[in-house]
Amino acid sequence: MARQTVVLKNRYFDSVFLMQVARRIAARPGIGDASALLGTEANLGVLAAMGYGGLEGAGPGDLVLALAGEAAAVAAVAADPEALLARGSAPAGAARAPRTLAEAAAARPDAGVALISVPGEHAAREARAALEAGLNVFLFSSNVPVEEELALKTLARDRGLIVMGPDCGTAYLGGAGLGFANAVRPGPIGVVGATGTGLQEFSCLVDQAGSGLSCGIGTGGRDLADAVGGISTFTALEALEADPATRVIAVLAKPPGPATTARLLARLGRCPKPVVLCLLGAAPAGAPGGVQLAGTLDAAAGLALAAAGVPGPWPWSGDPASLRPRAAAALARLRPEQRRLRGLFAGGTFCYQAQAILRDAGLAVASNAPLKGMPGLPEAGPQGDTLVDLGAEEFVQGRPHPMIDATLRRQRLEREGRDPEVAVLLLDFILGAMSAPDPVGDLLEAIRAAREAARARGGELCVAASVCGTDRDAQGLAAQRRALGGAGVELFPTSAQAAAFCREAMDLLKEAP
Amino acid sequence: MAELFQDLLRHPPVFINLGVRGFGDALRESGFEVVDVDWSPPAGGDPALAALLDDLL
Repeated sequence: MARQTVVLKNRYFDSVFLMQVARRIAARPGIGDASALLGTEANLGVLAAMGYGGLEGAGPGDLVLALAGEAAAVAAVAADPEALLARGSAPAGAARAPRTLAEAAAARPDAGVALISVPGEHAAREARAALEAGLNVFLFSSNVPVEEELALKTLARDRGLIVMGPDCGTAYLGGAGLGFANAVRPGPIGVVGATGTGLQEFSCLVDQAGSGLSCGIGTGGRDLADAVGGISTFTALEALEADPATRVIAVLAKPPGPATTARLLARLGRCPKPVVLCLLGAAPAGAPGGVQLAGTLDAAAGLALAAAGVPGPWPWSGDPASLRPRAAAALARLRPEQRRLRGLFAGGTFCYQAQAILRDAGLAVASNAPLKGMPGLPEAGPQGDTLVDLGAEEFVQGRPHPMIDATLRRQRLEREGRDPEVAVLLLDFILGAMSAPDPVGDLLEAIRAAREAARARGGELCVAASVCGTDRDAQGLAAQRRALGGAGVELFPTSAQAAAFCREAMDLLKEAP
Repeated sequence: MAELFQDLLRHPPVFINLGVRGFGDALRESGFEVVDVDWSPPAGGDPALAALLDDLL
C-alpha cells in the first residue's frame, strides 16, 4: 500500500468542509484511507502516528492531505489536489465575496449578527472586528483565553451588543436557529444558556411538549465564572425581560462562581417574569421569590412548561421507579468481571449532568471534563468508570465537533467494546441542522459489534442512550430512536433519564458479589 | 441598555458568516440572509504577527 502526504501552503478551509473532502477522496477507487486536515500540532501528531511522513514544515495555516491506497490511485489524487478542493464556482457576474469582516459589514450595513467559527487563535481578533462594526457576535470557536473573553464582552456591553460564546454551540434569534440548533417551534419561553447541549435538550423537551421558544441565547460556558462575571447572561436577561413574546425565562448553567451566583440570584429576584434557574451539579441553598430551582434539564423544562401553562405529564416524563428493575433486567446476563460504566458523549452538558446525577448518589466516575471534586481521566492503566466528553477542546482542535464527525467517538467505542470489564455503555445522540445526517447510523455498526463481542465472551453489554432532537429535525427523532431500539439499545427519552438508569445499574453492580 | 441586541429578538437579522461555511448554508436554507466572508488566517496563520500588523495599521 502506498502512502503519501501533500502539503498545500497557506490554504485555509474549515474543518467541516475538509471532512467532506476526505470522504470524497476515500470513496475513490483504490484509495484505502484519506485525511484532509489543517496542519495543527495535534493533527500532525495524529498523522505521524498513522505512519505518514513528509510533514516537516507543515504549519497550522497549511492544508495537509494524507493518502493511503494503491499507488496509482494515490498518485492521481496527489497530482491534482485542487480538483478536490473546489467549492463550486460562483455564478457568472456574482460579486467577489468579501475577504474580511469589516468589508462584509460595510457591504451590508443592515447586518445584525456575525457568526464566527474560525480557529480559536484567530477568533478574538475577528470578534473584536465584528463588535467594532456594530455587530452582535455568535462565537462558536473554542480555545479563546478567558482574558480575551472578558475584554470582548466588556466591549460588547459598552456598545449595547452581546457576545454569545466563546464555545457557543446554539442560539435562537428572531426565529433563526444558529449553530447546532434543532427545529424548535416558536413559543412563550425565553432561555439563556451557558451550556450548549443543555440549551438544545431544554428546547427539544419544550417542543416535544407542544410549546416553544421565544428566543434562546447562548452565552458560552465560562460566562458565569467570576472571571467573566456573567456579562452576557445579564445582557440576555435584560433583553428577555423587555421582549413581549417572552412570558417565562429559564437560565441554564453549570455552577457559577460564588460572587456571580450571589449577583445572579439578586438579579433574578428582581425579574418581573417567572424564572426557572437550573444550575447543573450545584443547586444553591435557596432562591428569591419568583425563582424556581431545577437540578436537571428535565426538571428545568418541566418547571418552565408549567409556568407557561403547559402542565405535565409531558411525552418525555419518565417513571423513576421503573429504572431499577429495568437496570436489573439489563444486567442479568453479565459475566462477573463486567463491572464498569463507560460514557462517550458528543454533548458536553450531557457528560456534566451525568456526572452530577452519579455523584449525588455517592458514585465516583472519572472524566476529562470533571465536575468539581471528581477525578480526571487516568492517563494509562486500568480505566475504571469513566465519562468522556468528546466535544472538549482537546478533541476538536483542527477537526469537526463529534456531533458532525463521529470518527473519534466510534474509535473509542470500538476500544470499549474490546474491554471485558465494561458492563454499561452510555451514549448521547444529538440531531439538528449542523449535526451529521445520521448520527445513530454512524455508530450503529460499532454498537452491534461491541455487543456481539461481549456475547462471544459469554456475557452481555448493556448500551444506554438518549436522542436529543425533534421530529422536524432533518434526521427525524422517531427514526433515530427506532434505529437504536432495533439494535437492542436501552433507550431513554432524555439524557438525564439515561444517566439515572446508569446510576441504578452502577449501584446494582456495586452490590453484586 | 442592550438596545442593539434587543432589536434582534424582534426582527429576523441579516447574518455575516466567518469560518464554517455550513453554518451560513443552514441559515440560508431556512430563508435568512447570510453574507459569507471568504476568510483565511491573517499573516499566514501567525496570530502574533497578525496582532503586530493590527497595531501598526
